[in-house]
Amino acid sequence: MSVSGISFVILSVVALSLFVYNSLRIRNNINLGIDVDRSDSFNSRIKTTVLVALGQKKMFKRPISALLHLFIYVAFVITQLELIEIFVDGITGSHRAFRVSLGGLYTLIINSIEIVSVLAFVATLIFLIRRNLLKIPRFTMSEMTGWPKLDGNLILYFEILLICFIFMMNGGDEMLQLENGAESYGFVISSVVGPLLFGGLTPEALHLIEQIGWWGHISMVFLFLNYLPISKHFHILLAFPNVYYSNLRNKGELNNMQSVKKEVSMMFDPSADPYATPAEPANTEEPPARFGAKDVVDLNWVNLLNAYTCTECGRCSSSCPANQTGKKLSPRKIMMDTRDRLEEVGRNYRKHGVGHEDGKSLLGDYITEEEVWACTSCNACVEECPVNIDPLSIIIDLRRYLVMEESKSPSELTTMFTNIENNGAPWQFSPMDRFNWAAEE
Amino acid sequence: MSERINVPTMQELMAKGESPDVLFWVGCAGSFDDRAKKITKAVVKILHNCGVKYAVLGTEEACTGDPAKRAGNEFLFQMQAFQNIQILNGYEIKKIVTGCPHCFNTIKNEYPGLGGDYEVVHHTQLIQDLINAGKLKVKEGGAFKGKRITFHDPCYLGRANEVYEAPRSVLSRLDAELVEMKRCKSKGLCCGAGGAQMFKEAEPGNKEVNIERTEDALETKANFIATGCPFCNTMMTDGVKNFNKEEEVKIMDIAEMIAMAADL
Ligand code: HEM
Ligand code: SF4
Ligand code: SF4
Repeated sequence: MSVSGISFVILSVVALSLFVYNSLRIRNNINLGIDVDRSDSFNSRIKTTVLVALGQKKMFKRPISALLHLFIYVAFVITQLELIEIFVDGITGSHRAFRVSLGGLYTLIINSIEIVSVLAFVATLIFLIRRNLLKIPRFTMSEMTGWPKLDGNLILYFEILLICFIFMMNGGDEMLQLENGAESYGFVISSVVGPLLFGGLTPEALHLIEQIGWWGHISMVFLFLNYLPISKHFHILLAFPNVYYSNLRNKGELNNMQSVKKEVSMMFDPSADPYATPAEPANTEEPPARFGAKDVVDLNWVNLLNAYTCTECGRCSSSCPANQTGKKLSPRKIMMDTRDRLEEVGRNYRKHGVGHEDGKSLLGDYITEEEVWACTSCNACVEECPVNIDPLSIIIDLRRYLVMEESKSPSELTTMFTNIENNGAPWQFSPMDRFNWAAEE
Repeated sequence: MSERINVPTMQELMAKGESPDVLFWVGCAGSFDDRAKKITKAVVKILHNCGVKYAVLGTEEACTGDPAKRAGNEFLFQMQAFQNIQILNGYEIKKIVTGCPHCFNTIKNEYPGLGGDYEVVHHTQLIQDLINAGKLKVKEGGAFKGKRITFHDPCYLGRANEVYEAPRSVLSRLDAELVEMKRCKSKGLCCGAGGAQMFKEAEPGNKEVNIERTEDALETKANFIATGCPFCNTMMTDGVKNFNKEEEVKIMDIAEMIAMAADL
């Protein structure tokens, strides 16, 4: 194997191992969440995944950004085809290994890649302008400063570079081909771009350009791959499982907590002996689970998967009544905080052992009570999210912890609880007056 | 309406050995809030005059637990739920119509897991059925003729349960012009009352949610804001008052509008 072949193999192995390692790390973090059963309704889950993730159905509620995104999305998927050839060429030292055997099909594939790459290039430029020049509120909210802002831009720069490398590779190669007196490859874009940019260069220079393009392309792919796990861009993979495992029931339904159900049904069971000693817990080592969520490990794994999938697009927050009227609550921030805290907990567990307490928690150190109480449970955020994320279920679990573990709620709500308990209504009316309306004029 | 309707309770029906076709779940607002009681009475008028065999629980009804659940008090919610389910199952209730989308959502979606399985409809759905069955006729050229009406989607009817069509279909019988707000149906903006916000002050911000929503409604230049939820009704009424528009813009529940237009 040639030197470049060996370098290629080493680069690939390192890049892929690192990616697998980081992906497993994220999988382990997601598995820190408590269990929730989403093994039901295979058919409707598949259907939802095809429509929402593959088909980008909810994206198209905002047609312009959906179309631009679609260009990037399609370009990404189609370009993977070329990657197969790059691997073969890289390892064996061949040049365009499939060109002869595939013939017209090959030209067709490369042409498609070139066309969608141009579209993706334009889309990426527009996305950059949208992020940095247009003052769109959902990109300038307070949680979008620092790393999240840089992250949003970096990926777009990567995309631009990647596409430039593709055209250096194909354009340089096209010119070499002509230089050697051979027939043009006939690729739609590079047969124009090649002569335009690289016409009149020496064969050595052309070769260098082609090589920079080729190595640049594959390096960007590896960089991109390893950038995903530290970025919101992991959505390009997680969008699919995230939509598959999303909640398919009516959005208004909040889960009935089974731990509470056990206790309450005991109270309503006339055959239960109130003085009986409680049955020995099966596993006494296990600490009793908390009611609700104080930290990320109290959330379920779908909540945590959601957190890693969030694209930080802000569609949720721009439809949130609380956020739009100046309250601190932003459903996007709820998802970002959950992810950031989970990353921190995961690091702690790896360093100090599973279960290590660092004295911090999601509620309090990341999300404040003020945010939690501002939610109207209107489901606008859930409805808006293009990848079926459910910020509301996290908010409700945080409230459950505050109320049931810490007896902490705004005083008016405490009064409301007392009223329901005593009068069967949230206000202070006698239950005996409940039917008075029928006798009134 | 002048005649007083004698509203039958389950207890009375039971004593006579009868059972209703549908139980009317009034809800806390509908029972105690002066404004919402008018909506309750409109629903009763419709049920009564269409010859629906119905009953209410009267003093045996209690809060579904919705505000407790959404405020994080699952214990209190399930206590209420178990208690209500015991009563409903004791009367062998099969079908329920609610006057409030919150009760509708809770009984329909959250009671089944606790042993309460019923067919649950919102009052706008029942009204739609009655109209379609020809049992409820809206008079021509009534109070709404030529007026502009805009419908505010309650979150717990719309997004939560995807009922968008029934209220609009009912309103379309009113011989009026139905205009949509810029945020409607699945994009409808909350009135600000849900998730137990009704019972507390809002967190600091730069605006109240109901004001933001009232602006949407006023923008349509509607003469009537139609609601399907007693809490939305309160929020929108307050919002309109805030703009001193209570003379020009009236807030009415769909049940009230239909009862009026059908001259009940
Ligand atoms: C598989 C290939 C994919 C690629 C290469 C890709 C790439 C990108 C890029 C570059 C952005 C940033 C755009 C910006 O600056 O705002 C983005 C945003 C986004 N992507 Fe993807 N994506 C992919 C798949 C998906 C899928 C399957 C979904 C599911 C619906 C999705 C949903 C989103 C959303 C919601 C945003 C935020 C868009 C916005 O701000 O309007 N993506 N994606
Ligand atoms: S459910 Fe809560 S967080 Fe989501 S949009 Fe409504 S108010 Fe905002
Ligand atoms: S939760 Fe969904 S809508 Fe909100 S920022 Fe994340 S991806 Fe966008």
